[in-house]
Amino acid sequence: MCLAVPGRVLEIEERDGTRMAVMDFGGVVKDVCLEYLPDLEVGEYAIVHVGFALQRLDEESARRTLDLFAELGLLTEEFGDPWEAAAASGAGEEAAR
Amino acid sequence: MKYLEEFQNPELARGLLEDIRATVTRPWALMEVCGGQTHTIIRHGIDQLLPDEVELIHGPGCPVCVTPLEVIDKALEIAGRPEVIFCSFGDMLRVPGTDRDLFRVRGEGGDVRVVYSPLDALRIARENPHREVVFFGIGFETTAPPNAMTVYQARKHGIENFSMLVSHVRVPPAIDAIMNSPDCRVQGFLAAGHVCSVMGTVEYPELAARHRVPIVVTGFEPLDILEGIRRTVRQLERGEHTVENAYERAVRPEGNPAARAMLEDVFEVTDRAWRGIGVIPQSGWRLAERYRDYDAEHRFDVGGITTLESELCRSGEVLQGLIKPHECEAFGTTCTPRNPLGATMVSTEGACAAYYLYRRLGTPVTPEAIPVG
Ligand code: SF4
Repeated sequence: MCLAVPGRVLEIEERDGTRMAVMDFGGVVKDVCLEYLPDLEVGEYAIVHVGFALQRLDEESARRTLDLFAELGLLTEEFGDPWEAAAASGAGEEAAR
Repeated sequence: MKYLEEFQNPELARGLLEDIRATVTRPWALMEVCGGQTHTIIRHGIDQLLPDEVELIHGPGCPVCVTPLEVIDKALEIAGRPEVIFCSFGDMLRVPGTDRDLFRVRGEGGDVRVVYSPLDALRIARENPHREVVFFGIGFETTAPPNAMTVYQARKHGIENFSMLVSHVRVPPAIDAIMNSPDCRVQGFLAAGHVCSVMGTVEYPELAARHRVPIVVTGFEPLDILEGIRRTVRQLERGEHTVENAYERAVRPEGNPAARAMLEDVFEVTDRAWRGIGVIPQSGWRLAERYRDYDAEHRFDVGGITTLESELCRSGEVLQGLIKPHECEAFGTTCTPRNPLGATMVSTEGACAAYYLYRRLGTPVTPEAIPVG
């Protein structure tokens, strides 16, 4: 959860009075709130944490971090199915009893 | 420097390590505050690549690990109610309460949902006007602004069936508490980069001066960490104790002013208990008086909870850097990620889990343990 992932802005729109973006995280696409970085523009990169853009990032650092995260499997950890992960970690527990 | 090929840029890593080696003349103990950094350090065996003089002590920077048992038990109690939809980040599912976890509550029929963002919980509240939607608001200064914004929006849009169980923690008071402890061995800090991308660096100069301790803002990629160590060691060798920013691409001195303003509006600073450590004064946030309607602890009667912490678990000492995970007797035997006794074994950011995953039972790191290409 504490992982903040760099993403690239694909689209920006106003939703219920809130500035929102659709952002791409190495292939995973998510809605992101732009209220804390209101002047972020389409094509730019930012560090995103739990669905909020928190700080601008240059393209090169963003790409480097994303590549690294993908290699480390951290993107799956961040965007994968948490129920499956929790069930998998519990499977051994049940068996151990 | 056997495993350097595993680094993304081995040449740069080699240069940084050589520089650290050339600079260091005597033993120093540094603490990395953030659990993400602990994870990187253990995963890449950075602590083993460093010269013997430089010791890394793992800090309390895992929000999942430090959330107090009492709050987990309150979450379990609320999540079990039939009228409630309980929303949480995924990594809280397996954190042990006194006798169960959120995963189990769902198995018993509780409506527990995992959300990626707190705004998803607000959307669920909109779509389910006849249910009570409760969001589990934990985390450090990086997570607090998104949660603050969500409460702000709930009020702005008049969404009354939404509330938050808030247990936010702040890093600077924890650094202060660690330095004030009589057992403290820490001589320099690698401060958590993402916390600073929100809060900036303004809180640190006073701490660095008062405790005469260098604080270097550090990212969490392998090279970031080596650079943070290099700068901290350089300061220590020179007898300096200032605040340096080694994560400039993501951290501005002022942080994110809009996020900080929202934090001030929605939250107020409060004393907060840290799991395994105890109460640290002024180390947390709770909802400010004017947002009390959105406080799940006020909306639901969750008093009278008795908590029972594992007697074996020494996670408090692990979190304060007093022992390393494998020095705990339960490590890898009665306590594993599949059957965790303490939260530090549950969360991937927890020090016990990092040691277990990448360095089973304290054996040296092996190349297979480092999946970096
Ligand atoms: S190994 Fe398990 S029991 Fe020991 S301190 Fe870590 S979490 Fe607690």
